[in-house]
Amino acid sequence: MSWLSRVRTTIASFTKRETAENLWHKCPSCGQMIFVKEYEENQSVCPKCEHHGRIGPDARFDALFDDGMHVRLPAPSVREDPLKFRDSKRYADRIKAARTATGESDALINAKGTIEGYKAVVGVQDFAFMGGSMGLAVGAAFVVGVEAAIADKCPYVIFTAAGGARMQEGILSLMQMPKTTVAISRLREAGLPYIVVMTDPTTGGVTASYAMLGDIQIAEPGALIGFAGQRVIESTIREKLPEGFQRAEYLLDHGMLDMVVHRHHLRAEIARFISYLCPQEAAA
Amino acid sequence: MTAFLDFEKSISELDSRIAELREGATAGAIEPEIARLEAKSDKMLRDLYAKLSPWQKAQVARHPERPHFKDYIAGFVEYFMPLAGDRAFGEDKAIVGGFGRIGGRRCLVIGHEKGDDTASRLKHNFGMAKPEGYRKAIRLMEMADRFGLPVVTLVDTSGAFPGVQAEERGQAEAIARSTEACLALGVPMIAAVVGEGGSGGAVALAAANRVLMFEHAIYSVISPEGCASILWRTADKAADAAEAMKITASDLKRLGVIDRIVQEPLGGAHRDPAAAIANLAKAIGEELSALVGLSPAALRDARRQKFLAIG
Ligand SMILES: [Zn+2]
Repeated sequence: MSWLSRVRTTIASFTKRETAENLWHKCPSCGQMIFVKEYEENQSVCPKCEHHGRIGPDARFDALFDDGMHVRLPAPSVREDPLKFRDSKRYADRIKAARTATGESDALINAKGTIEGYKAVVGVQDFAFMGGSMGLAVGAAFVVGVEAAIADKCPYVIFTAAGGARMQEGILSLMQMPKTTVAISRLREAGLPYIVVMTDPTTGGVTASYAMLGDIQIAEPGALIGFAGQRVIESTIREKLPEGFQRAEYLLDHGMLDMVVHRHHLRAEIARFISYLCPQEAAA
Repeated sequence: MTAFLDFEKSISELDSRIAELREGATAGAIEPEIARLEAKSDKMLRDLYAKLSPWQKAQVARHPERPHFKDYIAGFVEYFMPLAGDRAFGEDKAIVGGFGRIGGRRCLVIGHEKGDDTASRLKHNFGMAKPEGYRKAIRLMEMADRFGLPVVTLVDTSGAFPGVQAEERGQAEAIARSTEACLALGVPMIAAVVGEGGSGGAVALAAANRVLMFEHAIYSVISPEGCASILWRTADKAADAAEAMKITASDLKRLGVIDRIVQEPLGGAHRDPAAAIANLAKAIGEELSALVGLSPAALRDARRQKFLAIG
């Protein structure tokens, strides 16, 4: 399934959920039916099989920050639709639809607050917004997040989720790879930690830039993580892919991650890392 | 004789007729006719190449007879000393790198090599690098930095290799680190997109102080075919995708992504490789001259500012 059709599915289920409050959620992994409310209270993790569903910035911030308290950083303004791109639809219309569906301005949202008393700036990529794809707005938001972390002398924590670069912004989306990398260099030079939490899915140019440059690399269980798409690989090598290929646990086995962490334990683990790497920032 | 591209059909027909006339020629009588047809063919080529579509440029950029890394090395790099291996896993010949002199100046030259016949294409994996290729590039760039050698890269890849082992060994991480290594250099870095600049596999060697691009080269976030198959749901719409994505040198110059367009001989670099190579050598020499002498901090800051400002 391409990221586009995945987005369509996400948007469709989102709308359905909005209109019927007490709808059941069916786990895509084990088929278990769960009350939406109960599912969301469990941070969108299936209570039966522990499948981690995709969550957006609000749910992430609520779960991560102390008492859910946080302040969102303003979204930087960037050129919209710089190429006047159009495929079967106008890109301008796709952005509009994504904004309506998610209520967000683009796919990367930053907020600051404390995590078990430690100051942190946290960026969350929203897969529901055009597959989390990285264009000018995502690149600019990443830079803003890092700059806020430097100003507050605290770590930058990014939750990645993206099909890759936003093709509708052409070469300018590719240029977000070096751009975000420059921001990371500045964070390093300021002596501040950069913590990456890879969530499902993180692929393409996002993986090949800021998602793989963390001082600490964490992933959520079962997250799809890779550079090339699975269909592209299959058609290149003309054989079946190995079991669990490009999943978080597979990457851990191959030395690409420090740990795979259950969503319920992320807050504690991230705080522990900050206590080692940036201890002076613990609030009194 | 040059292999003609699909859109050059009318010229190819005309050239065959000229060849036929020459063969059957009983001296003198038809010389004016041949001269007339040659002038016509020349004009057709000029007109065609003056307004190539982005998709046609993609064909030219991928032309099998287009000069490749080894041709540029032979053309303007003296005393090239290739270096090998990432010191961790292997030697990836999709990326070649080594010391050499450009205009007498000692440099590190790195680039993708696609190969130009079946054996060499296989040897170089069609210019599609694996993690060890990018890790070799990182190793060489870090060494160049320590010893004060400017870095010159020649970008020509359809993209990084999509394979199971490449993923297992951290293709994404290797690309990210290579980009990071470019951006950390305290020596001048010049990148030239000489053929295809395909996605992350290209940018990993192209985060340079100055990015040059051949007139008919392409540089894009995804191949036109790949973009078309995702957004148009058929690779047949590659020409539309190429148009929409803005992949040509003139578009990229306008967008501030590249700094300089290097002219190609009439009908593309493959029609007169020596002229193309000379044009590139001149451009690289000029850019290097403008950068040597700047302090490491100034070079690094300028490079970082340049990429922060793109948008
Ligand atoms: Zn389940």
